[in-house]
Amino acid sequence: MPKDHGTEHTGIGAATKRREDIRFLTGEGNYTDDIQLQGQTYAMFARSDVANGVIKSIDTSAAEAMPGVLAVFTGADFVEVGGNPAGWLINSRDGEPMKEPKRPVLAHGKVRHVGDAYAAVVAETKQQAQDAVDALEADIEELPAVVNMAAAVAGGGLVHDEIETNVCFDWGWIEDNRAATDAAIKAAPHVTTLELVNNRLVPNAMETRASIGDYNAGTGEYTLYTTSQNPHMSRLLICAFVLGIPENKLRVVAPDVGGGFGSKIYHYGEEALVLAASKKLKRPVRWTSSRSEAFLSDAHGRDHVTKIELACEKDGTFIAFRTETMANVGAYLSNFSTATPTFLHGTLMGGNYTVPNVYVNVKAVFTNTVPVDAYRGAGRPEATYSIERVIDMAARELGMDPIELRRKNFVKPDQYPYASAAGLEYDSGNYDRQMDKLEAMMDIKGFEARRKESEANGKLRGLGLNAYIEACGIAPSNLVGVLGARVGLYDAATVRVNATGSLAVMVGAHSHGQGHETAFPQVVGEMLGIDPQSIEIVHGDTAKIPFGMGTYGSRSLAVCGSAVVRATEKIIAKAKKIAAHMLEASEADIEFTEGNFSVAGTDKSVSFGEVAFKAYIPHNFPIEDIEPGLEETAFYDPANFTYPSGAYGCEVEVDPETGKVTIESFAAADDFGNIINPMIVTGQVHGGIGQGIGQALIEQTSYDKDGQLLSASYMDYAMPRADDLPFYQVNHDDGTPCTHNPLGVKGCGEAGAIGSPPTIVNAVIDALQRGGKNVTHIDMPLTPSRVWEAMNAKGV
Amino acid sequence: MTQVNMTVNGKAVSGDVEGRTLLSDFLRCDLYLTGTHIGCDTSQCGACVVHVNGEAVKSCTMFAAEADGAEVGTIEGQANADGSLNTIQQAFQDHHGLQCGFCTPGMVMSTAALLKDNPKPTEKEVRTYLEGNICRCTGYHNIVKAIMAASGQDVSAIAAE
Repeated sequence: MPKDHGTEHTGIGAATKRREDIRFLTGEGNYTDDIQLQGQTYAMFARSDVANGVIKSIDTSAAEAMPGVLAVFTGADFVEVGGNPAGWLINSRDGEPMKEPKRPVLAHGKVRHVGDAYAAVVAETKQQAQDAVDALEADIEELPAVVNMAAAVAGGGLVHDEIETNVCFDWGWIEDNRAATDAAIKAAPHVTTLELVNNRLVPNAMETRASIGDYNAGTGEYTLYTTSQNPHMSRLLICAFVLGIPENKLRVVAPDVGGGFGSKIYHYGEEALVLAASKKLKRPVRWTSSRSEAFLSDAHGRDHVTKIELACEKDGTFIAFRTETMANVGAYLSNFSTATPTFLHGTLMGGNYTVPNVYVNVKAVFTNTVPVDAYRGAGRPEATYSIERVIDMAARELGMDPIELRRKNFVKPDQYPYASAAGLEYDSGNYDRQMDKLEAMMDIKGFEARRKESEANGKLRGLGLNAYIEACGIAPSNLVGVLGARVGLYDAATVRVNATGSLAVMVGAHSHGQGHETAFPQVVGEMLGIDPQSIEIVHGDTAKIPFGMGTYGSRSLAVCGSAVVRATEKIIAKAKKIAAHMLEASEADIEFTEGNFSVAGTDKSVSFGEVAFKAYIPHNFPIEDIEPGLEETAFYDPANFTYPSGAYGCEVEVDPETGKVTIESFAAADDFGNIINPMIVTGQVHGGIGQGIGQALIEQTSYDKDGQLLSASYMDYAMPRADDLPFYQVNHDDGTPCTHNPLGVKGCGEAGAIGSPPTIVNAVIDALQRGGKNVTHIDMPLTPSRVWEAMNAKGV
Repeated sequence: MTQVNMTVNGKAVSGDVEGRTLLSDFLRCDLYLTGTHIGCDTSQCGACVVHVNGEAVKSCTMFAAEADGAEVGTIEGQANADGSLNTIQQAFQDHHGLQCGFCTPGMVMSTAALLKDNPKPTEKEVRTYLEGNICRCTGYHNIVKAIMAASGQDVSAIAAE
């Protein structure tokens, strides 16, 4: 229950303003590139300008002779060290393990995408390093590039000669369901088939990646300052797989990080380079990516080509979903790239629906493009888009209302826990309630009047909506271990009560926009009955925090927050022992309420602060029974994923003259379970929707046939601007609490990006259909030219 | 190297710069005013917006030498004299107009320039003015709301808190 401190409620459920805002608003943030170290040097990378080529030679002599140049590195310097691994082993349908070509620190022998780094220069200044990179003479023989996935699967050139195929794996989920699904579709009275593209996106966190390596020759210890969402995981990858540094000799610090969206989960070769160079030079080595480099080297997102079939009865009852997808993994396997199109996508292909048959086939394909990995939503946007687009199309074919078709097939509240045909067990939800909310928020009854008004203005108005479900709180280690994960996905927290009653809470999660420094103290403050302002969150430094797995997959609160709860429970348990000693009572008689320990049935009590002080000044202390101090650590491994869900809707206007789409209204009804800070949750949804609308309407990553990235700057890649987006209505009241974590929370970070793309496309198709245009699908992004071409195609 | 002299946040400063040194680099690397951020290399993102002689300028589009003799204002000089947040900064905190904080200095500096010229902008005017400031976190909803609130307008009717 919420508690008050003074007059203002500050605990669970309070829309507390963010304390971290003060430093960001005054220019006092501390991002990696803001860090200055004595004696620092600058690294710059030489990157391939061809998509596929043999490195014949690299003449470094001119560069080495230039002023200020300290060292030049090429791939040959790293042949003895390990590769950057994939974190998830996927087996193909025939049982063969996936193909795992080595991903080196610097390309050696071949370059495999435009932007692939094959050399690096370290110099006294950034300008000297850049000048020396320009002076490197690399003889790279260009080979034909493999860019298109269908061509890559069919044969042609190879991205990796040694594995003799461009197919990384050919995965079936669930393979045992294949025959039954095929038979059900064959026998079904109605089958709707849709082929679609989930467009490749560039995450584009506003802070580009940056890394500083700092080797201490006196102690043999390295420090890496880096833009990471998960410093412990980066340390593990660097130590155990790439450079072989003992973990106790590497400290990874991820200070303020300017957005991630997935792209800063992964270890990148630049981090290894600055560490190795720092050891060689015995000086700090720093690198900050330019935006141009970021487009060519940060992991991209999405990029699926999919055929989905929905089989149903004449009355709309769903019988089966069958999906075939090609997922682009780019030139190398990034750390989560094999999990994203499989277990974060295939397992959700039953959606929010009671459907007995689900089968998914995913081929992961190597191409001569930047590696593709998890980007906000990671697999779940792809699943939702396929499902919710084909349902809309089926409704049209069956002559049914798209809301009614969804409601008819929703998993109902009395069916939980619900075992989906795609292998997950949904613990809770109420999809009809979210749809009820959405219909009210959108004033659906008033649509026809608004449509007529648009029509009078020469515009086509459409209404689109969809449901979504996602799997968050990544992830139960037992389950993902069976599925191929090479790591556990628990998290950890240490709660340290200081002698004078203030607290430090060290967490494995990393905050790079999510507001943990404000929200986590609300939880601990509520549990201990103390002011959250006396609680400090410490994150982002492996020297300070326990081994947690970081922030992605909407996991921070559901997994790390649960660890915080468990550690705080241990604090309360120990504090009760100390209080019992102080009050000369039996521990069983101690009650803890509102920050006070009291003896049941008496007026004897001590405050939490008095107990903390006693713990550190243990005079007359029963040291045989109770250790001094008040500090506890907990590791929390979830029993299941969490399942946020919701219903999204929008109204659009399409200009029939130009094909331009404008969003007239947008509404999101989400079920995130319990809410800690509604202001932060709403902000997370807003941001996700902004990215989802960007994907649906304007963002497109374009390669030409030679593998040149055509959209490699903000001049060419359409980042959503303020005037591309509307205000959003967001509601996350009345959620169904998660049944298996202590806070009953589900995660809110990705929902907006998952729920919104099909909403927009459904609305545009609706507008065109109502306008008499027989257009059934347009691939994202729905730019004016694509919409205009679809409207004006022959036969429409 | 050229010597440049300018006033930054009311304080006289000087330094030796190469001709190619950008104002943004001079502020960050020579003056350690790291609140001015670099988010792109094509002058699109606006994270580096500062005020030069009272005008909003993307500091990555200007050489440090060009600012010789100028009055420069950065995010570090925006708070009230007692250190409290100014009206714009406070509105951004009150309305959750920032998440990761990286675009925020540029947003605040652009907002100050907007409200100087247009004290009560409409939603459309705010969105249009922000064409040169990119945020990837917020979907702009709360930024637009914060700016309108900072201009003294009632934003309570704007959808969903």
